[in-house]
Amino acid sequence: MTVQSREFEIAEIEKTELPGHGVRYDFITAENQRIGVIHSRTGRRDLFVCPPEDPDLVAITIHLNEEEAHNLIDMLGGSQVVADMNHLQQQVEGLAIDWLPVLDDAHAANHTIGDLRLRTRTGVSIVAALRDGTAFPAPDPSFRIEPGDTLVVVGTPEGIETASEIITSG
Amino acid sequence: MGDPGLLFLELGGVIVLLAVVARLAVRFSLSPIPLYLIAGLTLGEGGIVELVTSEGFVEIGAGLGVILLLLMMGLEYTASELVQSLKTTASSGIVDFVINYTPGFVAGLILGLGVIPSLFLGGVTYISSSGVAAKLLSDLEWMGNRETPMVLSLLVFEDLAMAVVLPILGGIALGGALSGILVSVPLALVVVALILLAAHRHGERLSELAFSSSDEVNLLTVLGITLVVSGLTERLHVSAAVGAFLVGISLSGQAAHRARELLTPLRDLFAGVFFVFFGLQTDPGELPGVALPVLALAVVTGFTKLFLASWAGKRQGLSARGSRRAGALLLARGEFSIVMAGLGIAAGAPPELAAVAAGYVLIMATAGPIAARLVKG
Repeated sequence: MTVQSREFEIAEIEKTELPGHGVRYDFITAENQRIGVIHSRTGRRDLFVCPPEDPDLVAITIHLNEEEAHNLIDMLGGSQVVADMNHLQQQVEGLAIDWLPVLDDAHAANHTIGDLRLRTRTGVSIVAALRDGTAFPAPDPSFRIEPGDTLVVVGTPEGIETASEIITSG
Repeated sequence: MGDPGLLFLELGGVIVLLAVVARLAVRFSLSPIPLYLIAGLTLGEGGIVELVTSEGFVEIGAGLGVILLLLMMGLEYTASELVQSLKTTASSGIVDFVINYTPGFVAGLILGLGVIPSLFLGGVTYISSSGVAAKLLSDLEWMGNRETPMVLSLLVFEDLAMAVVLPILGGIALGGALSGILVSVPLALVVVALILLAAHRHGERLSELAFSSSDEVNLLTVLGITLVVSGLTERLHVSAAVGAFLVGISLSGQAAHRARELLTPLRDLFAGVFFVFFGLQTDPGELPGVALPVLALAVVTGFTKLFLASWAGKRQGLSARGSRRAGALLLARGEFSIVMAGLGIAAGAPPELAAVAAGYVLIMATAGPIAARLVKG
């Protein structure tokens, strides 16, 4: 039995019942390795990886308690946030969310958000700035944009296009 | 109670023997069942030491062991898992039954055990040991393997089949004549159907009522209900084992979860006593006489399980290697084969049935784990 999971670009996740034990989720990576998680009824999470030469056989199983599972989720978290945001974007019609990188030579680099007047000019809001893996949610107009930042913006698709141009070339 | 001192000495001796034997099994990653059986064979009639005072207690303990084994089996599965397994594995489940039940039945007829004991021997060779399979899955870390869901579904199907076969066998054993069979078999099936229907309709409410935040209350409630239902079904000639299985299926959610944890130690104790008791009932002197037929039966039913795995595996698109691993997991026969034979003996089968079943399980419960490790390479 196969369910379409809530991922978008990544491989399809397969869900399989393990009667008397729990549920198994797995998918095959681009490098042809099967990887998955077993949710056992006792609450344990087992992460397993299969070798490319025999995707039927488990090569390594890692038993994770709840805390360890959360640690792993945190470590892998970035992409999940992106996937969830993508999902949101698909669900709300007319609303677009995008990640706009600030290149070294971009107009917006070393300007404050207030300087750009993005909201006035395009209706687009900067909801977060990402810098070196740290997120600055809801930055003030006085927030200084640096080269290498990524700006998370929300608005209409056309507004975001204009905003992207402003950020790049003013 | 004649002499409490002697009683405790004997019981303590039996349990210490179980402990030593279980430790050996853990050390060599083997199933403890064949070792428990050997422990039972060395005691009792015709063995090295004879138990006198505690035999009555051991007999009751063995009965509790069967009930707990079946209760735990029922608790393992939720009703939805059973339905799902029935749907997905019906055809391989039926093939499994046909090719693994028939050899035991035919062997029983050839050995001249009689028709009814042969029907029980069919059950002995049919049912794989879910205990051995579960232990191998966790020891070898095969739970994530692609063939594992197929193996588990087949085991569920076998357990369900047993819930149907046991009352039929009980009815036949009881009815004897055709007229008796015509009455007692349908009666047994109606009782089973009624309990299943009640479980389906009211299982959740029953589970909520049974659950308590106190472990003590949980343990006593579940054990009490199980014994009462088992007693009732036994009186209706359906077999106490089936009653216990049906209680296990009826309980779900938190009540089932806690009951599983609380009852596991009890099950381990009394199932151990049951295997020893079965060994006690078996006359070791009978074993050499049946050795060759048992060996032949083991070889034939070993191949039929491997064939089943490769046939079912191919239909599910498994690799040949995956199917071989599935076959090795299904190969072992253990606790439920002994339960089958034990019920046959209780229904009046000749002592040869005990000897054949004991010898057969000794081979199969040892061969399964060895085969699995060989396949792993």
